[in-house]
Amino acid sequence: MRFTRPALGAVGAVGAFGLAELVTRTGLVDNEYVPPASTVLWRAVRMCGDTEFLTQVGGTVRVWLTGLALATAAAVALGLVLSAAPWLNRAARLVVELLRPIPSIALIPLAVLTFSTAAKSETSLVFYAATWPILINTLYALRDVDPVAKDTLRAFGFGTVPILLRVSLPSAAPFVLTGVRIAASVGLVVVVSTELVAGTGEGIGGFLMQSQSGGGQPDYMLAGAVWAGVLGLLATGVFAAVERRAFRWHGAGTEAEA
Amino acid sequence: MLEITDLTHSYGDHTVLEKTSLTVPDGELVSIVGPSGCGKSTLLRCVAGLISPVGGRVVLDGTPIDGVPDGLAVVFQDYSRSLLPWLTVRDNVALPLRRRGGSKAERRAAAEEALSSVGLHGAGRRYPWQLSGGMQQRVAIARALAYRPSLLLMDEPFGSVDAQTREDLEDLVLKVHRDEGMTILLVTHDIDESVYVGDRVVVLGRDPGGIRAELEVKLPSPRDQISTRADPDFVRLRTEVSRLVRGAGALEVPSEAAAEPQKESEPREEDTEET
Ligand SMILES: Nc1ncnc2c1ncn2[C@@H]1O[C@H](COP(=O)(O)OP(=O)(O)OP(=O)(O)O)[C@@H](O)[C@H]1O
Ligand SMILES: [Mg+2]
Repeated sequence: MRFTRPALGAVGAVGAFGLAELVTRTGLVDNEYVPPASTVLWRAVRMCGDTEFLTQVGGTVRVWLTGLALATAAAVALGLVLSAAPWLNRAARLVVELLRPIPSIALIPLAVLTFSTAAKSETSLVFYAATWPILINTLYALRDVDPVAKDTLRAFGFGTVPILLRVSLPSAAPFVLTGVRIAASVGLVVVVSTELVAGTGEGIGGFLMQSQSGGGQPDYMLAGAVWAGVLGLLATGVFAAVERRAFRWHGAGTEAEA
Repeated sequence: MLEITDLTHSYGDHTVLEKTSLTVPDGELVSIVGPSGCGKSTLLRCVAGLISPVGGRVVLDGTPIDGVPDGLAVVFQDYSRSLLPWLTVRDNVALPLRRRGGSKAERRAAAEEALSSVGLHGAGRRYPWQLSGGMQQRVAIARALAYRPSLLLMDEPFGSVDAQTREDLEDLVLKVHRDEGMTILLVTHDIDESVYVGDRVVVLGRDPGGIRAELEVKLPSPRDQISTRADPDFVRLRTEVSRLVRGAGALEVPSEAAAEPQKESEPREEDTEET
């Protein structure tokens, strides 16, 4: 039997939903704090019409995508510069490996102090977290550009910059996009966490804080979390679709050879 | 005129070419033959200015090559890796023509024409990875020909095509060579081919790498697949080249490994030869 991927995905989602429903309905976990899955889902659907909530989602998305876009531009540019100068790359390597593992959450206090508005400090943290996966992928991708392809253009008299634009960048693009996809999930985690911790009451994180305070409305809280999950899923879906359509050539050669 | 003087190149401490000298007058087609690993591709890369040799000089029309010379086209041995997979076949062929100026439509027309000349009419809109190896090889040849170079370097350009197409491509190169008078260095493993297309055959040897012999090919032009190959001069030349290539180390079997009796527990001979 063969299932298409979306069909299998749907089966998995329904299964997980059923399990969550079962666990809460049978009283395996306290119903007061963890409402049944169907209640949460219904709440999440109804929140579509809640303009106040949608504004908050909009704020999160804006910060998230701005940070991601800035990180992509910066990481690709930095990647190009570092790969063009091997000595610079070696010099930067240690710095990158040192900065990369610092959790963005640890930088929240610094960001809050440094930037005047919450949106700015959140964006800067998304930028920080999203830069590394994109930079690392860009560096590896540029290192693996086929030297024969570069030599070909060189032999036809193309200079360094045209080769960079016509061979290196296109050849690295699929890997860069994979980096952006990873960075998108990381970035979403960072925005929502920052919103939660910074306590400005903005964005999905702010909404979660409000619904938790004063005894709490667990169904609202979980429904907010579901929305964060949906955003992540959407982003992954969009990137995967772009990868499939724009980079059909990528891996096609190996497929044919295998 | 291409003048190669005392060219020496080594990778690490492995010297591939040693004091190699070769002069190629304008418009000559030189075939280069020699055993695998003797440095044929290395020689072409030095001439193309893609690697700077450890020693010696390459001078093209009076100017030393230091970087890639103008009007050069190369058909690489790794033809499939030299095609850009994100461009269509036509755009691959048209890309170098940007260096020549001209409108997009003109470049595309020239690309289609070159593709037709190698028997790939109508394949322009496909992608390289949708083509067979032999077709990809012809795309690489079409790209070089469309560029109308004054110096053309071809590294085993017909290795992956069938016998009939190979003969057609040999004749195509001869025709382009006659019509446009470009200088061509063509590396091949096929001894008959080296004599058939060449004005001269250069035999390279190994350890140390260098020129073992140069033979003038004084066969009447234009050449013909049937009558030229039956010409007694052709047969004499190809025999001579064949002997020289063998002498240059084509069949070097490590004599000790071959002479030593194999114990039963040891791997078979084919396996040990590799190591
Ligand atoms: N980039 C490189 N680094 C190290 N060694 C190399 C490199 N390129 C070639 N060599 C070595 O130099 C020698 C000559 O290589 P080259 O590719 O010029 O041979 P060739 O005559 O073209 O062989 P073939 O007929 O198999 O293509 C070989 O022993 C090879 O292992
Ligand atoms: Mg070679």
